[in-house]
Amino acid sequence: MAVATQSQSKKNFLVRFFTMDTSGGRGTGRKLPLWRQLVLQLLCLLLLLEVMFPLMYVITMSLSSKTERPTTLRLIPNEFSLVAFKQVLNQPTANPVTFLVLLRNSTLLSFGVGALALLIAVTAAYAFSRFNFKMRQVLMVLVFIPLLMPAVGLSAPLFLLLNSVKFLNCGANVVALTPFTSCVAGVTGKVLFNLRDSLLGVGVAMISGALPFAVWNLKGYLDTIPKELEEAGKIDGASSNQIFTKIVLPLATPQLAVTFFLGFIGYWQEFALPWLFLTKPSNYTLSMTLYNMVGQYATSIPWNRFAAMSIIVAAPVCIIYIALQKQIVSGLTAGGVKG
Amino acid sequence: MATEATTVYKKRANFSRASLPYLYLAPAFIVMGVITFYPLIYQMIISFSDFALKDLLHGLSSTNLRWIGFKNYVDILTGGLPVQDFAFFRVLTYNFWWAITNVMVHVPAGILIAVLLNINGLWFKKIYRAMYVLPVMIPTIVVATVWRNIFDEQYGAMNQGLTALAHLFGSGQIVQIRWLFEYKPPIPWLLPNAPLPLAYYAMMIANFWLGWPFMCLVATGALQSISRELYEAASIDGATGAQQFWNITVPLIRPAMIPAAVYGFTLSFNLFSFVYFMTGGGPARSTEILVTFVYDLVRNLHLYGAAGAFSVIIFIVAMIVFLVTNRITHATASYSEA
Repeated sequence: MAVATQSQSKKNFLVRFFTMDTSGGRGTGRKLPLWRQLVLQLLCLLLLLEVMFPLMYVITMSLSSKTERPTTLRLIPNEFSLVAFKQVLNQPTANPVTFLVLLRNSTLLSFGVGALALLIAVTAAYAFSRFNFKMRQVLMVLVFIPLLMPAVGLSAPLFLLLNSVKFLNCGANVVALTPFTSCVAGVTGKVLFNLRDSLLGVGVAMISGALPFAVWNLKGYLDTIPKELEEAGKIDGASSNQIFTKIVLPLATPQLAVTFFLGFIGYWQEFALPWLFLTKPSNYTLSMTLYNMVGQYATSIPWNRFAAMSIIVAAPVCIIYIALQKQIVSGLTAGGVKG
Repeated sequence: MATEATTVYKKRANFSRASLPYLYLAPAFIVMGVITFYPLIYQMIISFSDFALKDLLHGLSSTNLRWIGFKNYVDILTGGLPVQDFAFFRVLTYNFWWAITNVMVHVPAGILIAVLLNINGLWFKKIYRAMYVLPVMIPTIVVATVWRNIFDEQYGAMNQGLTALAHLFGSGQIVQIRWLFEYKPPIPWLLPNAPLPLAYYAMMIANFWLGWPFMCLVATGALQSISRELYEAASIDGATGAQQFWNITVPLIRPAMIPAAVYGFTLSFNLFSFVYFMTGGGPARSTEILVTFVYDLVRNLHLYGAAGAFSVIIFIVAMIVFLVTNRITHATASYSEA
């Protein structure tokens, strides 16, 4: 590097830009000349401004005590009112649902979907990564269908399907589970549980959308685990299932965490399916309340509360990300680069 | 492996080895069977009917259901749906253009910024890396709402900023661009089959904000896995930085970037919540993409049969795209060929 850059001074900026040591190493390289450092810092700050601009807008709104939309552009809060945060924590929606219930629902839904999708995806990814079988290509394409055909496009039949699964109280201590059993003819029965109108049903509907990314991301990583390790296990007499659970799964743990988290961002923010399926306020999730604020009463959005709620919804994801940053960056590309 | 085993044992072992992958795949396919394939087939069936609100209670056993053959498909392709401002091929063209232009901007931007953040000795690297990824963490609905606000005609930050800029250059004019509602395309010759309104450019700006951080994240990971010795060897051989970039960096991050680009393409192609909340497909359906239109068919117009046919068409289109890109990905992804 040092040899090459000596004669570069008369070349144009772009060329010089790329002559810098971009290998990301530490210590061994030369120090960056100050003027270059300053130019780059300026570039970075401009990008930071671009990234932070909408975010500061939201933060400023959330700290305002007025519900109206700000008429002047303000990116630095001029008041630090926590009214909006207090309001959304006390009564997040017009319904008598507490913030904690919404938080619980969001957590249950996103962790449930994440965990189950991960379990299903890792076994599928293992099969695609390690076995050569008939129909492998075809089945792999099939796994990607949910990505091509988003659940929104399938919402009508999904609604009908999940809606048909109900526990009915037919009276006289008889409970029927439609569509498998039904009440005596003439008795409609009282609906005790409707799969469509439950977090469980919504979760089931969300799982298949979670699979393509999880399978793709995990398969890429599993491809990088040396086959020799499994062969060694085989020689020691481990069965195929033992190889999977005792050798492959532990090695894939970091990648499982990354995949879980990247999927989690999506489920945590999902509102379209819950909004279509759920009717009981006690089942609502945090992101649904965001939609509730801007979707229906679009003309009179309580801006400061919307902004406060946005920050509350985004916060857990940001915190987990910062904690896992390193693993995420290396996990995202593990498969692509080495496979 | 089992050379000394008896034939029976061998057969059984072969059988269990052969069925093992299917066993591992079973959970995934059972779930997808119920949640994806069944509704997809159901959509295919009702796409040949006039399924509407009247049939919702009884489903396929509804007595009012009429089978109308390919009428829904013909209606969609020829504009015979009872929907205003809808032309299938215009929406299709726009949808492709939208996805392609997005990826073409996000991927290079993500790579360049990742390279920038990978420069040896740059200060505050870690802080920048952590901050730059924030857009990915913000719920789409918030992103879309905020950007809709920024592009607001009266109070939007964009117009206010432009007004301030105009003042700076001595013009007293108040800028009031109708970013999201002006139908007339600013560059008419660009994509004449599907005129691109101002809203398209506004959405490109907003989605740029949303899109490059993910690509930057992937590119950063890829850059970090490139061995330093390669650069050292290259500079000993006298390669300039530009040569190093094109001959080491680009080929070595390509295997990671191509799948990410394909993923980004499908994501943009079906970017439902962002488009839905930013413009709702407007003005006059000119920024409508296929999924927002099918949502409109279901949610507002209750034309389930037509929506079914539309979903089948989306599916066929997406499948073709996927198979083509999959080809490209596989052809170039392997290390040895890159």
